[in-house]
Amino acid sequence: MAEELPNVEAAPAPKPEPPVAIAPEAVVTEPAVAADMPLLRIEAVVKKFGIFRAVDRLSLDIKAGEFFALLGPSGCGKTTLLRMLAGFETPDEGRILLDGKDIAQVLPHQRPVNMMFQNYALFPHLSVHDNIAFGLKRAGMARSEIDSRVAELVALVKLDGLGKRKPDQLSGGQKQRVALARSLARRPKVLLLDEPLAALDKKLRESTQLELMELQRRLGMTFIIVTHDQEEAMTVASRIGVMDAGRLDQVATPRELYEAPASRWIAEFVGDINIFEGQVESREAGRLAISTRDAGTVIVAEPRAPITRTVVSVAIRPEKVKLSRRGPVSDAVNAHAINRLEGTVTDVGYLGGLTVYKVKLDTGAVVRSSMANTARLDIDAYSAGQRVVAWFTPDDCLVLEQ
Amino acid sequence: MASATNKFSGFNLFSLALGLAFLYLPIVILVIYSFNASRLVTVWGGWSLRWYSEFFNDRAMLDAAWMSFRVAATSATLATLLGTLAAVALSRGRRFKGRALFSGMLYAPLVMPEVITGLSLLLLFVALDAERGFRTVTVAHTTLTMCFVAVVVQSRLGSLDSSLEEAAMDLGCDPARAFLAVTLPLILPAIVAGWMLAFTLSLDDLVIASFTTGPGSATLPIRIYSEVRLGVKPEINAICTLIVGLIALLIIAASFAAKLSNARGDSAAPL
Repeated sequence: MAEELPNVEAAPAPKPEPPVAIAPEAVVTEPAVAADMPLLRIEAVVKKFGIFRAVDRLSLDIKAGEFFALLGPSGCGKTTLLRMLAGFETPDEGRILLDGKDIAQVLPHQRPVNMMFQNYALFPHLSVHDNIAFGLKRAGMARSEIDSRVAELVALVKLDGLGKRKPDQLSGGQKQRVALARSLARRPKVLLLDEPLAALDKKLRESTQLELMELQRRLGMTFIIVTHDQEEAMTVASRIGVMDAGRLDQVATPRELYEAPASRWIAEFVGDINIFEGQVESREAGRLAISTRDAGTVIVAEPRAPITRTVVSVAIRPEKVKLSRRGPVSDAVNAHAINRLEGTVTDVGYLGGLTVYKVKLDTGAVVRSSMANTARLDIDAYSAGQRVVAWFTPDDCLVLEQ
Repeated sequence: MASATNKFSGFNLFSLALGLAFLYLPIVILVIYSFNASRLVTVWGGWSLRWYSEFFNDRAMLDAAWMSFRVAATSATLATLLGTLAAVALSRGRRFKGRALFSGMLYAPLVMPEVITGLSLLLLFVALDAERGFRTVTVAHTTLTMCFVAVVVQSRLGSLDSSLEEAAMDLGCDPARAFLAVTLPLILPAIVAGWMLAFTLSLDDLVIASFTTGPGSATLPIRIYSEVRLGVKPEINAICTLIVGLIALLIIAASFAAKLSNARGDSAAPL
């Protein structure tokens, strides 16, 4: 995927990436310590299983206090990377620096890093209290100290009154909290979370995501979460690394990842998107005209990174495609440059908060548009079979080269 | 026994009764006749505990019983130790060369005819010029029962979530401590069940014991067998009843231990 352009993983810049035409969003509490050395630096790490490279020369810097998400489809190597950070796997090449010290060969029990396991891995023969106290006992803490620390953690994850229960007497959500408390007990420098919410149902998962974020902010700890759920990654993380085939394809904030994906693959992996393939026809005054087979000539804003190829993809998120009966209202500044596509509504998917329309264009291509249902009695709702104009501005389009 | 419908039809009941009778009728008769007052084995002479007291006064028989008990306890303990280590090595260790061969060899005694095991051990002891008696029988029984322990413990280990040990290491245990603190308590019921199984197998073994024992150190089954060849005394019935009782107790205890072990295992399984 990354032959043409040097991409993020090739150059692990300690400085934040230049913002991509997007106002920098308010970032989560970023301790302004000597920002030169990141807390965790992964340098050209390789992990092979036989001839299969699960992690392939991957480099990444993670700053103290970050909530970082490793996002990717199953089998992309994200769990292997996490297990190397925990010490359960040893890299074949490369270094893992924590606070400047190489820990690649350090055994798991000697690392100031803790992990929350996907299936929680609670000790079934120990009570909730003893599960949480397990790591503290190994650390040689005094009994009274352990008890007060456990009480503190039990309160933190809202498990009051359950200390004497055994894991098999707990619900899924409670088990998840015990596992979280247990992994926080030793105050690790980095907390690793391996698909921590995968076993919870949707409602519980969403509320737990928010709790996890609040907890991370309150403790100021560095969290690294592995997930295949892009919504989860976008919700909790301050930065996301998208992995595929053992490499990091893009490292960005959730907003950058969504609004300025580095490749067509990422654009399609993160959220829903309409894509039209075409050729660059002309460029003038910061606008590119791209002729596509499916949507005619589309006017797009010229991206910051110069376009080097002539064959490109124009991508537009469904919520940026508006529908109207007669086209855009005319007071738009660049009225002449607005892209208008005529077609017929074929599918209406009502999702409560928004409605997703599928519009079959006269060229035969299908465009998806999602519109927020901002009024209870929506007189503007469209129905299947209706003729509409789908329109979007040049600034809302993405130009993807790969 | 497991009928497709919930109700027992007449036919099912009949076949169940027939099967159980086939298995247990001889034992029931043995138990009843152990309380027989008559001197003749086949003639009923009323209820009595006479043959039990006869047994408890029979020095030679008691010696044999004590010998059997010591052999069973020692060999079961050794077999449990070795069998558990083998099971842990096979299911926890990284894949090593010849692992399949090793596990095959471990389980071979399960299907090996006892006569062959007994004879080969006898040849070995003769070649080593070992004095045959308590020690040789114990060693022989250890080799016989070790594989049974390994099977029981390995199946338990297989059902354990391997991330439990990783979690222990993550929380500060070195690999050995992780095993002692997490894995051992969870497989303990299986180890106990394995020990009881080994004890029972050793207690009732006749073939291997008769190959590997020496003069003056007969085990109980050997002693009983040689008595019976001279004619069955009702005292034998009493001894056998006691053995049946002991073994039944051990089997019940072992199955309880296994049940406990599984109950723990369920909660260890991933969601």
